[in-house]
Amino acid sequence: MSVDLSIKIGSMEMKNPVTVASGTFGYGPEYAELVDLNRLGAITVKGIGPEEHVGNSTPRTFETRGGMLNAIGLPGPGAQGFIDKYVPFLSQYNVPVIVNIWGKSMEDYGKVVEILDAVDTVSAYEINLSCPNVKEGGSAFGTDTDSFSRVIELVRGKTQKPIIPKLAPNVSDIGVFAKAAENSGADAISIMNSYPAMAINIETLEPELANRTGGLSGPPIKPIAIKLVWDAAKATTLPIIGMGGIYEPEDAIEFMIAGATAVAVGTANFTDPSTINRVIDGIETYLSQKGYRSASELVGTVKA
Amino acid sequence: MKQEKTTVVEHHNFQGDYRILRLAAPEVGPLVKPGQFLELLIPQLDDRILRRPFSIYKADAEGVSILYKPVGRGTQAMIPLNEGDPVDIIGSLGNGFPELGAGKIPVLVAGGYGNAALYLKAKELKTKGIAFFGGRTAQDILCVEEFKKLGWEVRPTTDDGSLGTKGLVTAAFDPWMQEQEAEKLELFVCGPNPMLKAMGDRAIEHGFTAWLSMDKNMACGVGACLTCVIKRKTEDGGWEWARCCKDGPIFESREILWEE
Repeated sequence: MSVDLSIKIGSMEMKNPVTVASGTFGYGPEYAELVDLNRLGAITVKGIGPEEHVGNSTPRTFETRGGMLNAIGLPGPGAQGFIDKYVPFLSQYNVPVIVNIWGKSMEDYGKVVEILDAVDTVSAYEINLSCPNVKEGGSAFGTDTDSFSRVIELVRGKTQKPIIPKLAPNVSDIGVFAKAAENSGADAISIMNSYPAMAINIETLEPELANRTGGLSGPPIKPIAIKLVWDAAKATTLPIIGMGGIYEPEDAIEFMIAGATAVAVGTANFTDPSTINRVIDGIETYLSQKGYRSASELVGTVKA
Repeated sequence: MKQEKTTVVEHHNFQGDYRILRLAAPEVGPLVKPGQFLELLIPQLDDRILRRPFSIYKADAEGVSILYKPVGRGTQAMIPLNEGDPVDIIGSLGNGFPELGAGKIPVLVAGGYGNAALYLKAKELKTKGIAFFGGRTAQDILCVEEFKKLGWEVRPTTDDGSLGTKGLVTAAFDPWMQEQEAEKLELFVCGPNPMLKAMGDRAIEHGFTAWLSMDKNMACGVGACLTCVIKRKTEDGGWEWARCCKDGPIFESREILWEE
């Protein structure tokens, strides 16, 4: 019996529950020779701000045991640059495009949406309220519920497309933010961004990253993300896109059982670009073997 | 660009601490252009998640070879790789060296095993010329006979004088350059950063072309993660970040804004 892998994030239909984590897949063309983009449930592109942005100095990443730190600092072409450079490419594919948006000020988020909203290829917005690596905005919006809610309300006022706030992991109660997202008009939430972290070179006594601190990603953060998804799922009825250290189908399945409707493969793209295909296939095999008729049946089935 | 899950064909000591790893690569091998690289996922390095980039030394329809020296955690972990062991590569990556300009005299310049990245170019070039290879000792001057067999004159330099001219590669290159029509020279360079900069500075000062194979810590290798960026000059007098993995690794000396 065939399994229905499709899911919905607000009005956005995904043919399977697997997307990529913003910042780990470029804007699409980077991996197009290695991954069949049409297989993805959705493509989530690297963060887009209102204008072109240069990002941080180097070193920007540092490998740690089992994972990596990054502090790229959201370099990118800006909203209009994204339309000019990448939308023609992305529009060739039959895959929803989730644009991750960020701003230094509240108004910036509104500006990005104003520029992008008429573009049909843009299917949904993931609102980056939790980047640990930009001085202004970023995580400041993600760790204060008032400004968190106000950004979401502002974006909600400018678009009918699904909006998906990306939550910071370093909050005392993620349920509060999940509920605030729901009350502010979000269609879904994504959990989690990388975890604020640091590494120091013991010879030079200097931090390993030019930005001094960065975000930890990869397998070490998966159990943190699983708990955050589980906590958030108890606080909101919004669909959750779960991510953090997904390397195998079993990881993605665990996120779904914890309460994630969809999942994103992130750092694993750098390790093995075939991970996405393996995860999609593995979810289908698991659902079929266990007798589920659809992916949604598995969501939130944890006995806890 | 392809990802190929494949196996080790041969792995052996080459000279001194240097080693050669030959991989079956019927998918990647035919794609390789001189100056390109591959990203290797080292299975023995299971507590580390990132691939390691390697210049492609040799390539043909059946496979690829890399020439390396175990220096860090990744290359140390490669030592036990044996014939038949599984490996996973992505390649071929990067832009590669351009064609030699019309009427230009090709010159190869390498430091240490940097000449591994030049071998395919040396083979491809119809016009052969002079190759300047620098190293710390005679043990670090590699592949001399192979380049000679291709028709290149090899002029080694060593820090300790154990082979060729004593000193840096510039100790042999500079006096030779003085006797040439400098603007006709076209250099293909791979080696440590100070050497790349030294040759790049000479290219600008004396008006010749120098293609430099730039090296910067790399993660994804395909242009997505934006780790390996260097400053590239822009037409308006400013600079932009360029990705060594995708926009490079080969840059002309005039493109680079060197950082101290």
